[in-house]
Parts: sequence; structure tokens; C-alpha cells
Amino acid sequence: MDQLNALIVFLNFVFVPGLTYGAQLSLGALGVTLVYGILRFSNFAHGDTMAFGTMVTILFTWWFQSMGLHFGPLPTALLAMPFGILFTALFVLGTDRVVYQFYRKKKSVSTILVIVSVGVMFVMNGLTRFIIGVENRNFEDGERFLITARDFKTLTGLDEGLAIKTTQVITVVVAILVVAAMFWFLNRTRTGKSMRAFSDNEDLALLSGINPERVVQVTWILAATLATVAGVLYGLDKSFKPFTYFQLLLPIFASAIVGGLGNPLGAIAGGFIIAFSEVMVTYAWKKVATYALPDSWAPDGLLQLMSTDYKFAVSFSILILVLLFMPTGLFKGKSV
Amino acid sequence: MAEPFLIGDTMTGGYGSSDILNACTIAVEKGEIAVIVGPNGAGKSTAMKAIFGMLSLRGGSVRLKGEDITKLSPQDRVSKGMGFVPQTHNIFTSMTVEENLEMGAFLRRDDISGTLNQVYDLFPILRQKRYQPAGELSGGQRQQVAVGRALMTEPSVLMLDEPTAGVSPIVMDELFDRIIEIARSGISILMVEQNARQALNIADKGYVLVQGANRFTDTGAALMADDDVRRSFLGG
Repeated sequence: MDQLNALIVFLNFVFVPGLTYGAQLSLGALGVTLVYGILRFSNFAHGDTMAFGTMVTILFTWWFQSMGLHFGPLPTALLAMPFGILFTALFVLGTDRVVYQFYRKKKSVSTILVIVSVGVMFVMNGLTRFIIGVENRNFEDGERFLITARDFKTLTGLDEGLAIKTTQVITVVVAILVVAAMFWFLNRTRTGKSMRAFSDNEDLALLSGINPERVVQVTWILAATLATVAGVLYGLDKSFKPFTYFQLLLPIFASAIVGGLGNPLGAIAGGFIIAFSEVMVTYAWKKVATYALPDSWAPDGLLQLMSTDYKFAVSFSILILVLLFMPTGLFKGKSV
Repeated sequence: MAEPFLIGDTMTGGYGSSDILNACTIAVEKGEIAVIVGPNGAGKSTAMKAIFGMLSLRGGSVRLKGEDITKLSPQDRVSKGMGFVPQTHNIFTSMTVEENLEMGAFLRRDDISGTLNQVYDLFPILRQKRYQPAGELSGGQRQQVAVGRALMTEPSVLMLDEPTAGVSPIVMDELFDRIIEIARSGISILMVEQNARQALNIADKGYVLVQGANRFTDTGAALMADDDVRRSFLGG
């Protein structure tokens, strides 16, 4: 029974949050890796693209709510998300037209494009704060829990409860659907294959008559879609604050690099590795240990390796270790 | 003399300010094999790139079936019926053999399964490995993928830049046999070769380039028989 309780505590505080956070990071990292693989630069504006997409989604959510439009037990934000994607895609395509295209025509090296993306990041950053403000915002509505800790306890008779939030289920389900659609697109469709060809060997892709501008546009649309979905899911699960999204850039890049930049499968694996590392290193294991170990072994301390304030140190350490010992990542991406 | 099928006529040009090609002329007739040989740095690959539009010319012109295509981009030349196999990086390593061939046919909107089967008939090993990533294949098989990719647009002229670079002599003979087979089907072949002797053996027309200019031009057999050519370029 104690072992079962230990398992429930582990699921409730480590596994489910880790899985949800991992799915969000994976979606973010997938966007970063896609841009890196095809446009050949690390897009520092990705975190703020997520913030921008989430902001538009929140604005539409408010509008829908004011009209009395709801999505039953599901958050209204899911209805607003397609509009968030649309506006973000348009904004990102516009940015490409106004900014990136100029440097692409000049055949600038990727380090220049990285710095350019930092500039774009600051602009998007400011724009988002200007429109919606800097505060924390909660835009979740609908049913809050699929199962509450109390219900779980009465249902199973266990001492510990396992609470599953609606947003956690939505995150995992939407992430699976989006990733599946993305892989289907990249592996099965003509346009998707041409994108992979362009990423693999740009010169030969040109010789084969693949239109580079079209590949670039589709890439931006996909990146905007992934960013918005990732941002909205993160915001629903936690809350929306522009600065938090900017900070997400580190774990997202760590995920993409751990998996191997340019490799979509790697980005997903990397997302979960970073998420679980962060959660497991910053979680206080005392309760799990108390249940799992014999009474006399019960720990006095919290068994917390690192305070949650230091969670970014975890992604940063993993990032540095990977760059030092495995620069192409776990799934053999391009070296940085 | 009648206009050849494809001709790079008195081409002059290079990278930057200095010219690599000096009034160099290369031509190939329909269904024939033309081979460019010459010492390192003679401008063989540059001549190929110039004909394919990857290098802008300062003088001369490129004509396909009598039409001036000097100003066309490489992509436009592909849709005009030219196929090009670069010397290196000529396959999509992370994609399967079949995807490589599909990408070769990217410009085509019609059904490509017929052409796909023709390529598989020409290179049976590729049919066996169709779902394997092309980067996992051997050097000779990669070259077959590269040639197959270029054939997917059903070109009327195929340009090969050192197709046998880095493959074993047996594989080289095999590749040359396939190239002859392609030419017999009516496709003109223009290729640059390091293995000058073997290449001239199968060539209808041979060009010996030196410092970006034509030194000798004749049928393959005549060049092989020429003492000067043999001594200077074929090692005796």
C-alpha cells in the first residue's frame, strides 16, 4: 500500500507535470529545429513568437467570452487558437518579407541571421507587452479538473490523491495530434518532402527545381503554428506572462540541441529529457521516499537536489554537457 | 555544319574578375556521348557549370536545340530538358532512394511511376534499396541514385561531372555501361572524366581542355589514336 502511495505521489508531482511540460517544450523545440534545419539559423525570436501567438489567442478568447461563446468543458482558448495561429503566421511571414529576406538575398552567414533574430525578438517582445501588458494572465476556463485529488482518494481509498487537470490532458492530446500531423506532412506530402530535401542539400534542391521562397514560407507558417500551439498550451497549463515566455527560450533551445538541431524526432525526445530533468532535480522527494522506504529509513531533509528557482540551471547544465561531449546531440543533428 | 543539339559556344567567363574559360566551345549531338578531359584546373567542371547556367558568362552563348538559353537560370534549364549530376553532394543523404528520385521529378506534375520504373530497370539495385536512406549506400550506388535523380525529369541531355570519381574500377565499368545504355535511349550525354582513357573509349566526341581553351577536339577514337594527346594527357 505504501509503495502504491509512493507511486501516486510520484505520478502526481513528477510524472504528470513532467509529461505536460515535456510536451510543451517539444512543440517549442520542434519549431526551433525546423527553422534551424531549413533556414539555417537559431531563431532567438521563437520564445516571443510563442508569446505573440498566445497573446492573439487570449484576445480572441476574451472576445469570444464577451459574446458568450464557450467550448463546453474545454477552454475557450482552443476555439481561439486557430485565429492566434493565423495572425502569428501572417506576422511572421511579414517579418520574413521585411527583415529576413533581405539577409537571405545577401546570403548572410547564419551568425548574422542569429543576431537579426535577436532584433526581431526585441520588437516582438515590445509589441506583445505594449498590446497586452506585462502582468500574469490566466485565461483558462471550462472544467478545471478531469479528476481531483479528493475524488481520486475516495475512488481508490488511497491516502494520496492523483489530480489530473483538463489542461494537462489537452496538452498531451493536442501535442500528439500536432506532432503526428507534422511528421505526416514532412514525410508524406510533396511540399514536406521538398522541405526535407532543401534542409538536406540546398544546392541539389535548387537543381531539382524546388522553389526556395516557397519552402521558406511554409517553414515560417509551420514555425508560427508550432509556436502558437506550444504557447497556448503552456499558458493554459500555467499562466501567460510575456517574460516567462522569453525565459522559455533556454529550455527550448536546450531541448532542440540535446536532440540534435535540425532533427524533428530529436527535438521531441529532447523536450521530454529537459522537462523530466528539470522536474526531477527540483522536486522534493521526501514524501515519495517516506512511503517507499522502511520507516526507520525515512529521511529528515526534503531530498530536494535544487530549489525550483534554479530550474534553468538544469537545462543550462545539460546544454553545456551536450555541447562539450556530444555536439550533434542524441539523434545526430547538425553540430552547432 | 548543322547546329549541334547542345552547344556552349566560345564561352568566356569565370569566378570574379579572372577568366577560367577562354573562348571554350563544347557541343554534343543528339543521343551521343561527349567527354571533356584535361589536366587538373583546366576548367572542365567550370565549363559544365557554365553550360548549366551556374556561372555567368562574359562572352559566348549556350544554345539548346538552336534556342539561346544563355540567360536562363539552372532551374529553367531543367524544365527545358537538361539534367545535371554534380560531382559531389549529388544526393539527399537523409532521404530514401525513392524520395531522392521523387525530388528529381519535383517539377513534374504528371504521373512519375513510369519513369521511376525505367530508372529501377536501369539500376536494379536501387529498386532493392528503394526505402533505404541514400546516405547509407556505397559510393557506386550513390552515383546511381544521383544519375537516377537527374533522369527523373526525362531530360533530353544529361550532364555528368565526374560520375566515376572515387568508385572502384569494376563499378566504373558498370557505370560506363549504364551511361552508354542511357545514350542509346536517345539522351545526349555530356560528361567530365578523370579516367580519360576509359571515357574516350565510349565517347563519340572528345574535348581536351587546357587552361580553359580547346586544345584537341575529335572523335573519341581519333583522340585515343593521336600521339600528342596520348603522350600529354593519357600517360603514353
